[in-house]
Amino acid sequence: MKIGDLTELAIRNLREAILRNSLTTLGVAVGVASLVAMLSLGVGLQQFASQRLANSGLFNAIFVSSRYNTGDYERRSRQNQPADSTPARPLDESARREIAGLSNVNEAYPEIRFMTEIRYNEKSYPTMVAGMPDSARTDGAFDGMQGKFFSSPGADEAILQIEFAKELSAQPSALIGKDLVLRYAERQALTAQSGKAAQSSAGNNESSGSGGFSVVPREKKLRIVGIISTEPEGGFGAVGRSRVFIPLAVAETLSATQVNDLRDVLNGSSKTSSYASLTVRVKSPTQVPQVEAAIKNMGFTTFSLLDTTRNLRLFFTVIDLLLGIFGSLALAVATLGIVNTLVMAILERRREIGVFKALGADDRDIRRLFFAEAGVMGLVGGIGGVALGWLIGKGVTLGTNIYLSRQNLPSVNISAVPLWLALGAIAFAIVVSLAAGMYPASRAAHLNPVEALRYE
Amino acid sequence: MPQGNNGVAIHADNVSRHYQMGAALIRAVDDVSLSVGTGEFLALLGSSGSGKSTLLNLLAGLDRPTTGAIVVRGRNLAEMDTHELARYRSLTVGMVFQAFNLLPRMTLEENVELPLRLAEVDRADRAARVREALEHVHLEKRLAHRPSELSGGEQQRAALARALVNRPTILLADEPTGNLDSVTGEEIMLLLKNFNQSMGMTIVMVTHERPLAERFAHRIATVADGKLISVTAKSGDGAQS
Repeated sequence: MKIGDLTELAIRNLREAILRNSLTTLGVAVGVASLVAMLSLGVGLQQFASQRLANSGLFNAIFVSSRYNTGDYERRSRQNQPADSTPARPLDESARREIAGLSNVNEAYPEIRFMTEIRYNEKSYPTMVAGMPDSARTDGAFDGMQGKFFSSPGADEAILQIEFAKELSAQPSALIGKDLVLRYAERQALTAQSGKAAQSSAGNNESSGSGGFSVVPREKKLRIVGIISTEPEGGFGAVGRSRVFIPLAVAETLSATQVNDLRDVLNGSSKTSSYASLTVRVKSPTQVPQVEAAIKNMGFTTFSLLDTTRNLRLFFTVIDLLLGIFGSLALAVATLGIVNTLVMAILERRREIGVFKALGADDRDIRRLFFAEAGVMGLVGGIGGVALGWLIGKGVTLGTNIYLSRQNLPSVNISAVPLWLALGAIAFAIVVSLAAGMYPASRAAHLNPVEALRYE
Repeated sequence: MPQGNNGVAIHADNVSRHYQMGAALIRAVDDVSLSVGTGEFLALLGSSGSGKSTLLNLLAGLDRPTTGAIVVRGRNLAEMDTHELARYRSLTVGMVFQAFNLLPRMTLEENVELPLRLAEVDRADRAARVREALEHVHLEKRLAHRPSELSGGEQQRAALARALVNRPTILLADEPTGNLDSVTGEEIMLLLKNFNQSMGMTIVMVTHERPLAERFAHRIATVADGKLISVTAKSGDGAQS
């Protein structure tokens, strides 16, 4: 029999015992819904965690520092690793441009963080300031913030971390639109004369290359445009956590004194300004190892959190597997319903099977007819189950968000039914239904036609 | 036997069908040899439990003989696999039953179309074939009716149309008038005779009504206790036993 005729007859047969078959199909749907709901929560939580971590900018980021840093030496010593044979290079602007030019690199920007004193409402508050690149506007790092992102890359504006904002005002949101004053130490290069004087006074007659720098206190007025509850950079790559964020371009123009400036003076490289570290954004986390290797070959030390993402994926895969197993239990019970329904159908349609055989149906036709009936129940149950599972996931998310909103926490999406899950669940329902139909189909196919025709 | 000499349509050679029921061996058909000529109308006559329906099922390929051979168109049914037997039932023979065996959930049109579906006939050709078969039994206006909406005679005519729709060369009828009154039974027998004469169709009919057999069949094969007792030809035709 052709597939079209087979499907038509199968649907007709299912319609004839509509209540029983609907209940069986509903059983399949509930089983699939349980599976989909479980996995949608697993997938949703994974996506939620991944997105939160991605928003922190950690997984597609490589933190680059110069080998002049003692920290790198200490790290290698701890790990008993031999020093890289590639000669160390200063992490200056030319190195930044070279790294930014590597393939699969979105951007490479210096990490500028410095100690400052914030003046607000006649009071002083010491804290760390960090420059944020304009790309942070779209990479999700500032999602959910109060207020808005910087109006332009060079705007004299600031975004405050919520805890710091609470120090400034009992009502943090009221700070938006207000001005604060940033007091910082500007790094000013000494002229050759003054440099020599400085060296002479220090009793150093050998060196003539290092000009050194002086530190001048400065102030900068900034307008508060936003308040963020998380720290976008996750605290990596610098000493301490930043609590005030300003546009990176503004931070660069300030020439604020940073920790590495002292290091540059000590190793005699203070003639040209270098960076403490660079943050390199790669197009995708999968390209991190390749870019990281290229940067190492250039003579720099790198650090990324790729292994952490691998462990995270492994963790969620195990969670998904466990959720899938628990979700499949209901489907396993539903398959017993299919077996029961089809066995009942054989008893009821025994004579019909005999007529089919007398009219020219062979065992294969009968087997395929029962398979088709099981498959249709699986398909309809699978589609219904995916819809039901999606609704359950949405319900759980809604309930969670109601709870979170009562706790004054931002809403989250903890369930997701991606296309692969929907199609996979439907396919799984069909396969399981066909497996459940194997025994009844085989039993029907092997009915003796003479006995079947005699059956009353 | 007007057309019986054109050749042998069916040849049963020492066919037996035995069943084991506990310790007892039931010899439903016991060493029967019989030939049916092409275009012949043969009646298998016998009382209830004589083995005539079992013999008909063997000729239909619904059952396999314990021993012996049934040769149709040069092929032994006993040597065919299940798929070949299904093709044989689909294309070479048509069957009608005492209980009609129409599927109650299907309309007349769908019932008659069923053998065409099983034979994988193109959908485009089916409607015409169904209408043609129903015209042969004068039921072309009852296409959309379900079996429960038809009389017994109409149901048996519909079953005949279903048996004819794949244009088989052999028609096997198991007590086709058994559930009908005499007038309706007569109508069915006239239809069978018409198929036999106008289409040259070979017909083997099981019946326990001797007058019916004598009136319509070319030959009568009498079966008792699974054995072929006699084969009697109508007026002037030779008899074998």
